[in-house]
Amino acid sequence: MSLYSLQKLLYQLNRDPDSRARFKQDPAAHARAFELTDEEMKAVLDPDIGLLYVLGVNGQILMHYAALRGLEWSAYIEAMREGVRRHGPVRAGIYAMVEE
Amino acid sequence: MPLVFAGVCSHAPGITGRKDQADPAVRDAFYGAFDRMRLAIEAAKPDALVVVGAEHFANFFMDNMPAFALGMADHYEGPIEDEQWLGIKRRRVPGDRALSERLIARVMRDVDVAYAEEWKFDHGIMVPLNFLTPRYDVTIIPANINCQGPPLTPLSRAWAFGRALRKAADEMPERIALVGTGGISHWPATPNSGKINEAWDREFLKRWSANRRDELLSYTDAETYREAGQGGFEIRCFIAAAAAAEGATGEIWFYAPIPIFAVGCTIGVMNL
Repeated sequence: MSLYSLQKLLYQLNRDPDSRARFKQDPAAHARAFELTDEEMKAVLDPDIGLLYVLGVNGQILMHYAALRGLEWSAYIEAMREGVRRHGPVRAGIYAMVEE
Repeated sequence: MPLVFAGVCSHAPGITGRKDQADPAVRDAFYGAFDRMRLAIEAAKPDALVVVGAEHFANFFMDNMPAFALGMADHYEGPIEDEQWLGIKRRRVPGDRALSERLIARVMRDVDVAYAEEWKFDHGIMVPLNFLTPRYDVTIIPANINCQGPPLTPLSRAWAFGRALRKAADEMPERIALVGTGGISHWPATPNSGKINEAWDREFLKRWSANRRDELLSYTDAETYREAGQGGFEIRCFIAAAAAAEGATGEIWFYAPIPIFAVGCTIGVMNL
């Protein structure tokens, strides 16, 4: 359930200006309304884009959250690679990194 | 009126958002093919353009995900993404609620489709419109096939959806054009963004052009995921466009991998 909640939180931040405003005012309070594990909460608040990637957040949601948090394209790609180096392979979903 | 146009094109956000980072010669040839498609659509004089896209959690989320959806509004808006990120300015896009309602009623006789009276377009529709209807003066009927992740509708149902759209279009008094948009092999929004399986793409496009149903439907999702990435699930939109042109064969006007666009860029047209 919690990966769904995590993605719902990020989806709403990407799409809804009111959610963004509430999050900006008090990130932790806003995020507590969602059923998140401690690891997920930390990844959102840091933000740790690499860890969010490893946790299995769908790329089409994470791509926009990364942009929202100010990462330009190449920094976003590198953050995902760094996430895999630090936290291991993607744990869920279909956006896993493949060997080239 | 019988369907007046059917084709397919790519829709990756990099096509407009990262245009300055691409090899100008290949990029401009691709843009040229898009423009050729625009002229072909204009020559077909459509009253409305059905765009069969695969949106990326713009309107539909995991709490209530339709396999198939059609828009039913007098106007839409897009892009939902940051304008600068996508390189396309936000604007209102004309729709036609009454025509949508008639189309949906006809499609529903064959395929259960969700309707949406509100729809904010993401790059899946806005990137094609940026090139194909740059003055935003053509009535758009958005259609969506969930290609984002399992559970996914089988390819045979994507075919059925395309065929149902064709039957519906043929029965309308209006002149309807249809464009399917999506990627073939690609690994967007992963560290492998830019990876493209050109051989797989070319084989798929060969099958698309020949428009033989059995060959197009023979892919399994496991095989597509392995060979073409999670982005490859969007072949459903190409398959729906092929089904809408059942009985006709097609031509690929452009194909080239453009890694910074994260997809093998494609323009294909059916000879209806």
